[in-house]
Amino acid sequence: MIQTNELTEPTMTQEAAKFSVRNLRLAYGESEALKGIDLDIPEKKVTAFIGPSGCGKSTLLRCFNRMNDLVDSCKITGEVLLDGENIYAPQVDVAELRRQVGMVFQKPNPFPKSIFENVAYGLRLQGVKDRRTLMDVVEKALRGAALWDEVKDRLNDNAFGLSGGQQQRLVIARAIAIEPEVLLLDEPASALDPISTLKIEELINELKDTYTIVIVTHNMQQAARVSDYTAFLYMGEMIEYADTNTLFTTPRHKQTEDYITGRYG
Amino acid sequence: MKHWFKSGSPWIWLTAGAVSLSVIMIVGLLGLIAVRGFSHFWPAPVAQIAIHDPRNQVEETLLGEIARSETVTATLAREAGHVVPENLSVVTRYLIKQGNREQVSSDFVWRFDLGMAPFTYPKGVYAIERRTWGDFYGFPVALQLEQQHWQATDADFAKALNDLLEQSHQRHQAITRIERQDIGKINSQMNALRLQQRQLELDGVKGRALLEAKQGIAQQEQALQAEYAELRTQLDQLYSEQEKAQLRMRMMNGKEVAIALADIVAITMPNDMTLGQKWAEYFKQVGGFLSKEPREANTEGGIFPAIFGTITMVFIMSIMVTPFGVLAAIYLREYAKQGVVTRLVRISVYNLAGVPSIVYGVFGLGFFIYFLGGNIDRIFYEAALPSPTFGTPGLFWASLTLALLTLPVVIVSTEEGLARIPSTIRQGSLALGATKSETLWRVVVPLATPGMMTGLILAIARAAGEVAPLMLVGVVKLAPTLPVDGEFPFVHLERKIMHLGFHIFDVGFQSPNVEAARPLVYATALTLVTLIVVLNITAISIRNRLREKYRNDSD
Repeated sequence: MIQTNELTEPTMTQEAAKFSVRNLRLAYGESEALKGIDLDIPEKKVTAFIGPSGCGKSTLLRCFNRMNDLVDSCKITGEVLLDGENIYAPQVDVAELRRQVGMVFQKPNPFPKSIFENVAYGLRLQGVKDRRTLMDVVEKALRGAALWDEVKDRLNDNAFGLSGGQQQRLVIARAIAIEPEVLLLDEPASALDPISTLKIEELINELKDTYTIVIVTHNMQQAARVSDYTAFLYMGEMIEYADTNTLFTTPRHKQTEDYITGRYG
Repeated sequence: MKHWFKSGSPWIWLTAGAVSLSVIMIVGLLGLIAVRGFSHFWPAPVAQIAIHDPRNQVEETLLGEIARSETVTATLAREAGHVVPENLSVVTRYLIKQGNREQVSSDFVWRFDLGMAPFTYPKGVYAIERRTWGDFYGFPVALQLEQQHWQATDADFAKALNDLLEQSHQRHQAITRIERQDIGKINSQMNALRLQQRQLELDGVKGRALLEAKQGIAQQEQALQAEYAELRTQLDQLYSEQEKAQLRMRMMNGKEVAIALADIVAITMPNDMTLGQKWAEYFKQVGGFLSKEPREANTEGGIFPAIFGTITMVFIMSIMVTPFGVLAAIYLREYAKQGVVTRLVRISVYNLAGVPSIVYGVFGLGFFIYFLGGNIDRIFYEAALPSPTFGTPGLFWASLTLALLTLPVVIVSTEEGLARIPSTIRQGSLALGATKSETLWRVVVPLATPGMMTGLILAIARAAGEVAPLMLVGVVKLAPTLPVDGEFPFVHLERKIMHLGFHIFDVGFQSPNVEAARPLVYATALTLVTLIVVLNITAISIRNRLREKYRNDSD
């Protein structure tokens, strides 16, 4: 299982792998965004992707729930295995995959519905109509996202009335309401103020007991604070992947060291 | 100077000038329509005008409203044979509405102010609005009901006149009700029976069954005939009652004229009114204009059927154009592969908005009415042929033609509405395991509703004011019935309708009495503009409410 190339270190960690990426290449038209990525994402841990803008970290994240399918010019080769199954196999139901792999975006994107309906959205898609069941799940999800106490009295208000930080936690609640196995967080705190950011980070810490979390972040302190493993990407290639402590204290590659000490990027 | 150009001031002046010019034109247009339209209903005083003609020493006295006046050159007056003093270069002439159309050669006359004594406004003049022959101006002489007489000087004359007039109005209403509703119903039932019989023949029913069915129909027909005869008797009685009361009036030239009370809509005494009474009369006139049916080739009475027809048509058009336009836009924006073909389709749709509307009328007549309507008639209304049901211009075809006309607007606005929705919201839905269509219908379309409403608003504004195509596909100058009434199926899509826009055209240019019709043109135009504004404001407020509902802090 151990694969290496000239740049990367062993991608295998000690843990059981939830996702295994094998020689993943992705191109938008002519320009190649990912140039052969290999890595394993450990189960029920937080894995962070760091790197300068345009390094492909968000693109890589979007490969885990096939959001790149939405881009017409996108060509993907290689494999992404979820529990050993290639999610790019032709027989895979993308909607079903996305139910297992939830995603939270950079900018809070609540739907133009009530708080309740936002969280219940995924369940309604699955055909759940019973009000009691919905209520239970919504409460559980909102509690899970540490938002319940703030919104329990106004579940029927429009979600746009919430603050940015609340909206982002609402979106997380929405994602965990359908009980995915993996949560993909694409710079979840970059549009938020420091206090909201702190709350999101606390939330990530709580969620990692239940979910496998992959987080993309610009903010190296954040990666250091919340993640167990960190991968450094640069120009579509994975430079270094290790447990967070090791990567931040004793990086093996010059590029990694330059980046985390703030010399570029 | 150079500095002034460099500072950019000329551009500010130029652009601001363009804006002010537009504003002036719009305000001027609306102001003219509003002033002329509103002032028509004001109870004008009735002037007594004495004119001495020096040429043949004839004294002429006229009684009537001053409709308007204008200044013309003295030369013109001299050429017309008038004696104009040398020192005058211009003279004024007045258009006098003297009414009494059946008694005098023309109810509107022009008179120069040469030899004209100052106007007087005699008390006690009656201005009588009649059902036929227009207004009558004169002095009351007596009231007669069979053997009873009241002289105008009698103390109880006014009361008697009021009472009799009220009775006459009630009888008139009863007559209208019987003629329109009761007899109308019998007629439509008779028609239905005839169709039933024809259908039997078409279905090839033979022998005993045919005989029995025919007997049944004949029986029902007889019952209807009996009902009709009864109503007819009632009507005859009412009509003969109506003939009895008469009001004798004296005209300015001393001639006395008898007017049946049945022929009188309302009597006013404009010269005896206080300001408060004038206002009351004004609002009564406005209300009557909006709620009554037209009379006298549309030059008198109200415009209610036209208002109603316009609104009904716009409603049905909206119901048809919205789903079509929205679905087409969703396909173009969300599903169609964005290639050459889609681009071509989109360009074609956009350019449809530029096709002259009369072309749509021709298309509606040729395709909708003759082809679709003709086929509908052959398939569903065979019994009624050769008289067409849907194979003739009517409300449905007019609405459909307008729906086609306004389709591009709805498509363009909906597409823009869809394009404006942030992709993050779509992705949010997809990331939760929604399919593309679930995302579309649960999230995207609700968010795009303000855009759709914008399209609908533009469509309504365009449709309500359109005239040219409607003349071909269902609008007539006088429709005997409203398209919605108490008779099953309540909304009669095949009926012809009246329309404010066409009404303006008809009253203004097809009217036998130009002067009488002129103020109605303005009043009708004002109504049309107001109606469009009201429809728009309604739609805009709905849209704003939707926007508020889907407010996003990124907006």
